[in-house]
Amino acid sequence: MTNMHTPIPNVSLPAALRPKGAFGQLPRPVRIREIHVENYRIRTFILDTEMPHAEPGQFVMAWLPGYEEAPFSLAFHRPLTLTIAAVGPFTNTLHQLNVDDMLWVRGPYGRSFTPEAGTRPLLVGGGYGVAPLAFLAETLLAHEQQPQAFIGARTAEDVIGVGRFEALGVPVVITTEDGTRGRRGLVTEAVADILAEGKGDAIYGVGPHGMLQALATLARTWHVPAQLSWEAYMGCAIGLCGMCEHDGALLCVEGPVRRIPST
Amino acid sequence: MPMPAEIDISTDLCGVRLPTPLVLASGILGTSATLLEKAARLGAGAVTAKSAGPQPRKGHANPIIADWGAGLINAVGLPNPGAHHEAQLLAEARQRLRPLGVPLIASIFAGTPDEFAEVARLVLQASPDILELNISCPNVHDDYGEPFAASCTGAVSVVEAVRPVCTVPLFVKLAPNVPNIGRIAADVVAAGADGITAINTMPGMVIDIESGRPILTNKSGGLSGPAIKPIAVRCIYEIRQAIPPHVPIIGTGGVTTGADAVELLMAGAVAVGVGSAVYYRGLDAFRAITTELIAFMQAHGHRRLSDIISLAHRPA
Repeated sequence: MTNMHTPIPNVSLPAALRPKGAFGQLPRPVRIREIHVENYRIRTFILDTEMPHAEPGQFVMAWLPGYEEAPFSLAFHRPLTLTIAAVGPFTNTLHQLNVDDMLWVRGPYGRSFTPEAGTRPLLVGGGYGVAPLAFLAETLLAHEQQPQAFIGARTAEDVIGVGRFEALGVPVVITTEDGTRGRRGLVTEAVADILAEGKGDAIYGVGPHGMLQALATLARTWHVPAQLSWEAYMGCAIGLCGMCEHDGALLCVEGPVRRIPST
Repeated sequence: MPMPAEIDISTDLCGVRLPTPLVLASGILGTSATLLEKAARLGAGAVTAKSAGPQPRKGHANPIIADWGAGLINAVGLPNPGAHHEAQLLAEARQRLRPLGVPLIASIFAGTPDEFAEVARLVLQASPDILELNISCPNVHDDYGEPFAASCTGAVSVVEAVRPVCTVPLFVKLAPNVPNIGRIAADVVAAGADGITAINTMPGMVIDIESGRPILTNKSGGLSGPAIKPIAVRCIYEIRQAIPPHVPIIGTGGVTTGADAVELLMAGAVAVGVGSAVYYRGLDAFRAITTELIAFMQAHGHRRLSDIISLAHRPA
């Protein structure tokens, strides 16, 4: 053997996919400070903590011991706020929680939205997909951009989050499929019109996969970048189990936000 | 990746050539053909699919994993599409991997030796390069009882059932929590296994003390990551002593750096499984570990892996 005294490369292990901050490892209990009823199936839980490292578009895993754990995107990070739709047994159970009950949280995980170069981004939320977009609007406003929000829903009672944008002074276009509130039709049609008028230079979308695919097509047609958040059920949330795969990408670590064109 | 021309890190498992000794461990990213290809493109020298059983299986509810500090604990519960669908998945993976020169390892589990043979027959239709018998998953006790890997007779019964139908090198994945892993390894080799994979995860439990409940839905789980590396090293060392020198070992357990890989090779492994490192190092883990392995070999004047394989067994 030669050169026996050359040191072995000394690699410390920062845990590349371990989130920074207090909630980066085991789930930690947090008290529920406030609960807002958004509509017949959506509630917003304001938790008694902050997640200062978190960025818009990221998600946390929320666990209720004895029940289950599931991913939820951050509605806000100071205080940590989750908007949760009751869509199954676990989320129905979460809707039974009251102020002062505890919820266990780990995170934040995943790729966030990042500001694009332009100044007139279009923020598009379908249904409860609108949840993380006001947090994004705050961030874009801090970058001196002028975001415009588009909220699409099936019917008037499914429209949530309007007040969050209004409080930020962000203009909102509402569409419903049955015309009971705002413009009748699909939210992507309203977005297409704005792009055709040259009044948007980036698309940020959260919602059903069909809506995201339509936004991807618009982005390619009008040569604007799009950042789309693909909803998926996360198992491990740390890049190992493969449950969140979408088109060959691990959405928990390579998403949920994916950019078009990819960079 | 940049590799000094004089250093060869290819290795061989029963005639199956691996361009690098790093094997994607079963249960990590192996759930689809696209993810198996992704692991190969990220630098794995062979990829193991997630274990498939006779029937489709949902696995355990979340939480299925936790980072408890010195390692991970998981109880995913072997979700899989069942052997018929797995054969299609493997066939597609085989197509995607062939141009990359990265072999495919199929992994199977079942409740009885006869079921093992039936699942083997189905997945072998996809022509994987190697078949690995997962007789050691610690997280399906409620459905399958004590793992076959817990005893020599259990382990041998599965090998004897699968050997007659197996047309590719047959590896058996062993559990660390047994009193004499060397004897189990020797017995399965005597029964016809061509190689050993060691180790599976180490059973453990983590309790959330605020709620007073185990964190995993399955309550207990398997430990992985840095915490189990010394356990893996000792198991590989004992197996190496117990089986004939030509029988290869895929050493698996807690490898997150090139130095870790060197340690398992010195213990007697000829290839090294990588799993939890994807969390500790990110998706670049395979490349990072490979680069560090080559740097070690270069610094110590080693030109091929045989220079370090089983080095810890040489006489004083």
